[in-house]
Amino acid sequence: MPSTAITANRLLDGAVIYLTADGGWSERLADAAIADGKDAETDLLAAAETQARAGTVIGPYAFKVEVEAGTPIPLGRREAIRTLGPSVRTDLGTQTATH
Amino acid sequence: MYRYDEFDHTFVTQRVEQFREQVARRISGELSEDEFKPLRLMNGLYLQLHAYMLRVAVPYGTLSARQLRQLAYIARRYDRGYGHFTTRQNIQFNWPTLSDTPDILADLAAVEMHAIQTSGNCIRNTTADATAGVAADEVADSRIYCEIIRQWSTLHPEFSFLPRKFKIAVTGSGRDRAVTAAHDIGLRMQRDADGNPGFEVLVGGGQGRTPVLAAKIRDFLPEGDLLSYLEAILRVYNQLGRRDNIYKARIKILVRETGAAEFARLVEAEWAHIRNGELRLPADELERIRGYFAPPLYQALDDACPELAAQRAGNRGFDAWVQSNVEAHKRPGYAIATISLKPHGGIPGDASAEQMEVVAGLADRYGFGEIRVTYKQNLLLPDLRKGDLFAVWKALGETGLATANSHRLSDIIACPGLDYCNLANARSIPIAQVISARFADLEREREIGNVTVNISGCINACAHHHVANIGILGVDKKGKEFYQVTLGGAADENAAIGDIVGPAFDEDRIAGAVETVVDVYLAERRGADEAFIDTYRRIGLKPFKEKLYAAH
Repeated sequence: MPSTAITANRLLDGAVIYLTADGGWSERLADAAIADGKDAETDLLAAAETQARAGTVIGPYAFKVEVEAGTPIPLGRREAIRTLGPSVRTDLGTQTATH
Repeated sequence: MYRYDEFDHTFVTQRVEQFREQVARRISGELSEDEFKPLRLMNGLYLQLHAYMLRVAVPYGTLSARQLRQLAYIARRYDRGYGHFTTRQNIQFNWPTLSDTPDILADLAAVEMHAIQTSGNCIRNTTADATAGVAADEVADSRIYCEIIRQWSTLHPEFSFLPRKFKIAVTGSGRDRAVTAAHDIGLRMQRDADGNPGFEVLVGGGQGRTPVLAAKIRDFLPEGDLLSYLEAILRVYNQLGRRDNIYKARIKILVRETGAAEFARLVEAEWAHIRNGELRLPADELERIRGYFAPPLYQALDDACPELAAQRAGNRGFDAWVQSNVEAHKRPGYAIATISLKPHGGIPGDASAEQMEVVAGLADRYGFGEIRVTYKQNLLLPDLRKGDLFAVWKALGETGLATANSHRLSDIIACPGLDYCNLANARSIPIAQVISARFADLEREREIGNVTVNISGCINACAHHHVANIGILGVDKKGKEFYQVTLGGAADENAAIGDIVGPAFDEDRIAGAVETVVDVYLAERRGADEAFIDTYRRIGLKPFKEKLYAAH
């Protein structure tokens, strides 16, 4: 099974965020906690859903990533676009911080 | 233009304060997302891929310069300096924060605007003919009826929780400029033998995963009966429409499964109970609303404008713009101009705050302060003197808004697609950009003539790909974007649903496929007067298909 990470949208501004290993959230996929099996994914998702119930994040879910040299790369176009921002406006979204 | 009455003002202001309180309760944790989501959607606030999105209603696509300036202010103050005009003639802001949204709604309310009923299973903003009130060929000014529908449908207690969303379109002339056949209800204005205005009534049109053209259920509905008849249709739908399956909940499925004749009978039976009741439109009320749409103070002008003729002769770029973007006005010496939001290689429907302000300024200076939003995601100045067109064109050119491509191939309708939308399966905008850049040569576009190209990023068909001459639907195949092509659709009075040509093309081949389709058309047409759709109807799918898949 491929590795997974947990993503959600932040309540206050809807920004794309990733669950980190210490149970916090980051706007950078590079900071995300990576689950290498179903059990690890279930644990991470449970932690994220607790925070969703507390009201700080919206709609957490797991998605597939490929880890290359320690850096998670999202699989599939949808998550790639969420990670960066609109492909037609490279001046907007997270991609502006990574350039 | 229509101005809010006291009821509208009070209600919209109260609604903003109610939402402010709801947002505070959400942020404090008192409301869960499940509890809050329906409340935010009732106020037009969606959650998309990267951020919230606020969809603001532009009632029947009509804006004052003051309102457009306020939209520019909101874009700059709360968003990222731009807005996106949609096929529903609304505007969407792509980056508002939750905490700013009550302030945005308050700023909208200050100019008589709101985001109510831009989401949810209710009656949405009426789609209108963007040239209503000024088109040379119109039967009657459809804005009056759009306003009456707006007042009736806003917070209608019986129709706030329909089986599914509900869209009404009104066109004012025999030329359908509001895609009436693809709406839940389509109203086409007519006059009876005595010259009284009324409507041909179509019902059950729609796009999405099951495209259906609306069926006619009444040849002529007198204007005074408009609301009672609409109410009868909605009652039948509200009672019999399916609520167990979201994909079968639109009225198109009910009409198709019931049969148009039987559906019409049910409507007539319901109507018999209510047609002479309180929904009958009194003549004085019709006159009162008509008064809001009284023509502006036009000057008495000659229709011939030697100045314009000389300017066209002296400037090819201007001449091309007049040819594609300017339409006949009902008053002598005046013209209607479409402002293209489709620069070659640009993002269809996007306008920056600066561009909105320039358009508002031009509307104030030359056009009685009025702007329209078209369902093709462009803006339109409805009342320009022919002698002012050159000055307007020059000013538009300085801000990148003078593209001479209205109705041409590069006047592409595209939904936000996977660049923004949570529902999308594939991107739409980059495909529109590549195609429009390929056809950037104005002479070539003129040679090709009028053709519609619409691109949707998923089966929900927000960009109307089913009724495009060349329709493109983005699909996801194992994480990769592919694009399915349909040909022969039409959104006008001869509406048609396009035929699928065959297997989808990947993102690198889709623009080439469109070029191939155009090449087949140019080779097969019987002269420049035969439009793409007419050639297609004459020769059918086969020659296009053969050429598109020749290499396989």
